[in-house]
Order: sequence, then C-alpha cells, then structure tokens
Amino acid sequence: MSQSEACHIEVMVQSADFSQAELYERLRADSPAIGAICSFVGLMRDFNQASEVRSMFLEHYPGMTEKVLQDIARQASERWQLRRIVILHRVGELLPSDQIVFVGVSGTHRGEAFAACEFIMDFLKTKAPFWKREQTDNGQRWVDARDSDQQAADRWR
Amino acid sequence: MNLTILYFARLRDELGLGEEQLEFTPAIRTLGALRDQLCERGPQWRNSLRADGIFAAVNQGIADWDTPLQGGEEVAFFPPVTGG
Repeated sequence: MSQSEACHIEVMVQSADFSQAELYERLRADSPAIGAICSFVGLMRDFNQASEVRSMFLEHYPGMTEKVLQDIARQASERWQLRRIVILHRVGELLPSDQIVFVGVSGTHRGEAFAACEFIMDFLKTKAPFWKREQTDNGQRWVDARDSDQQAADRWR
Repeated sequence: MNLTILYFARLRDELGLGEEQLEFTPAIRTLGALRDQLCERGPQWRNSLRADGIFAAVNQGIADWDTPLQGGEEVAFFPPVTGG
C-alpha cells in the first residue's frame, strides 16, 4: 500500500453487543496489501476494588465521545502506516463477561498494528468521555480513574 | 447568548443537575471565570467543581481554564474518564 493512501476510520458508540468476527472482516476485506490485523476486546469483570460487581452502567458524552475517538484514531493513523481502524464502544447497562470495547487496526506490518492498537486503547481509557458506575451489593458507586492508565498513556509522549 | 452547561457522571449526582442554560455576561470571560461564578452557589459546588482532576470541555473539545468564552457555547464539566 502506498504511503499516500488514506486510512479508513470507523467509530461506533452503541448499546448493542457486537460480533468480533464481523468487525474483523471489515478490517480485512479491502486489500491484499494488508499483512497484519491486531485487535483488542475489553470485557466486564465481576470484581473491582474488593467487592463483587453485579452490573455496570456506562455513561458517555454523546457527540464529544465520537469526536475524541475519531481524533485518537487519526493520531494513530498519522503515527503509523495503517489501512483501517475500527473502534466500537458500548454504553448503557452491562453485565459481567459482557463485551465493552473493540479496537482493531489493519496495516502492512505487525509491529505497527500491535503498537497502534495499544496506543488507541491507552488514549481511549484516558481521553474518551465515558464513565462507569458499578452496582454492588452495597449500592452504586462511580469507578475511580486509575493512575496506571494515565501512566500507560504517558508512555507515548 | 446563553451558555449551555452540562454536568456528567459523579458531578451530576453531586450537584443534582445534568444540564442548565446560563445567561452569558461579560464577567464570564473564560472557562475559569465561569467555574468561579458557579462555585459561588455554595460549598457543594466548590467541592465538586474544584475536586482533583475535574475536566471541562467547550463545544465538545477538552479546554484549559483560560479558554475564552463569548456566549453561545456548550460547556461541559466532568470527572476523570473511566471507559474502556
């Protein structure tokens, strides 16, 4: 693939579940120049901060969320030579083991694909306006941001 | 020109308010000045809007406290993000 060929970016924010296989096919479909696809799926755990979590509600800032995700993907596409980027993040009520987020990238080489996928996840976790509220046996609580997530994003500066 | 102000997640719960319209006045020159004015509403507002790591956005883009305002903007205040 030529350097000048634009990277295709797709961003989705939805309450519905997703099929990883379907998203993978979108990353793979359009070019024999693609040599590598890397993807990540985040799932909901049933345990956090020493108590069991029954369910989770994911709130977001409609409009800004999509803009921030687009911007993170654009930065990745400027940093590495990529063909396609797909980001899907769910919102609303989620249960343990549910899929929360999918990030996938396709490109020529695996090194770029691995790096870009991790870059996007690190910035999604620290920049995209999503907030998790957990339901435990002791009531509801907003999840605190983690220093380790910020440190992960700071590595890319 | 009114400002539309949005509050998200923990902030909305603490303030008991998700969205409001505020009449723009020349005293609200910057995002920081807007926050100062909102903090005058009482201790809960001061505690919430001055808590560590509170972010603000203007027209859906993250903004510094010295970002100028001129009326008509959509301003949002929110706690650190926890998606992914």
